[in-house]
Amino acid sequence: MESEPASDTGGTRPAALSETPRQRLVAGLRVGVGLALAAFMLAVTFGALARSEGWGVIAPIVCSLVVFSGSAQFALAAALAGGGGIPAAVTAAALINARFIPMGVAVAGDLRGGRLRRAIEGQAVVDASWVAAHLGGGRFDRYRLIGATIVQWPAWVAGTALGVALAPPESLVETLGLDVIFPAFFLLLLLDELRGARPSRFAAAVGGVVAAGLVLVVPTGLALLGSTAGALLGLRGKGKQS
Amino acid sequence: MNLWLAIIAVAAVSFTFKAIGPALLGDRELPPAARNVIALLAPALLAGLIVVEVLGPKWTGVDWTLLVGLAATAAAWAWRAPMLLAVLVGVIATALARQLPF
Repeated sequence: MESEPASDTGGTRPAALSETPRQRLVAGLRVGVGLALAAFMLAVTFGALARSEGWGVIAPIVCSLVVFSGSAQFALAAALAGGGGIPAAVTAAALINARFIPMGVAVAGDLRGGRLRRAIEGQAVVDASWVAAHLGGGRFDRYRLIGATIVQWPAWVAGTALGVALAPPESLVETLGLDVIFPAFFLLLLLDELRGARPSRFAAAVGGVVAAGLVLVVPTGLALLGSTAGALLGLRGKGKQS
Repeated sequence: MNLWLAIIAVAAVSFTFKAIGPALLGDRELPPAARNVIALLAPALLAGLIVVEVLGPKWTGVDWTLLVGLAATAAAWAWRAPMLLAVLVGVIATALARQLPF
């Protein structure tokens, strides 16, 4: 299996739009293969967790098929297990996924078609694909976005199915160090983003510090939303730089 | 039944959150100031995701072995290792750190 060089996972790619749509889609697929492996491993743990929480066999797989969001699905499982009822569980998952609103706004201008088609294309927005499709300057490569996501979706569903079937203990995942996979991928995407201008580094620093502070006192989803304040404050850094 | 209701509700919310921006904005160009903010959303959000993933709710998930794995991944990246290899290095480093007797 061919892997994607770390230097080609994000950051600014001014030459990307000069490539053909097919080349850009293939580039997205290549990025997506690595991300799909990480998604697969995480999905195994979700499937095992949901099975242990009494979800049965079908529900976790359907959940991964129709929700396709690790953070929201884990939040849903945790909230349901905590006995908060459906409203609390759905609210927790919604808070986690609220970041997709600004992310969807960001890609809106680079998608195609009428409202319905754009709404459907917007479903390709998942964290890692969104970053991988970022061309810099707030522009996104639609083909790369869709290519990177289209590989991760089946991997996510298949991983969930395997987790449900095998139900490996959580301790095995930890012993093998597999829980580092997702933060490691996010770290690699971030390092590529930081190759660019100083405001990116400032935004990342602020985002990280704000998230670290907020996660002490508010649910994870709100902490993630708060981290986006780093983008606003990063603009101040940009102003000072210029 | 409650579980299925919750799954359907979360799926509907997720779909709506991802769809609302593209559906409402269409191909309208955002003002330059908004584009500047969006350009910085990616690093800010990624840093937030990493921090939240490492610390966990109320910092209950802090685990030094995870930090060892991330440091190893970053080192592999600095040595220009391909993405999957860099992640594999992080996995191995984390697993080895967890075998240490302290």
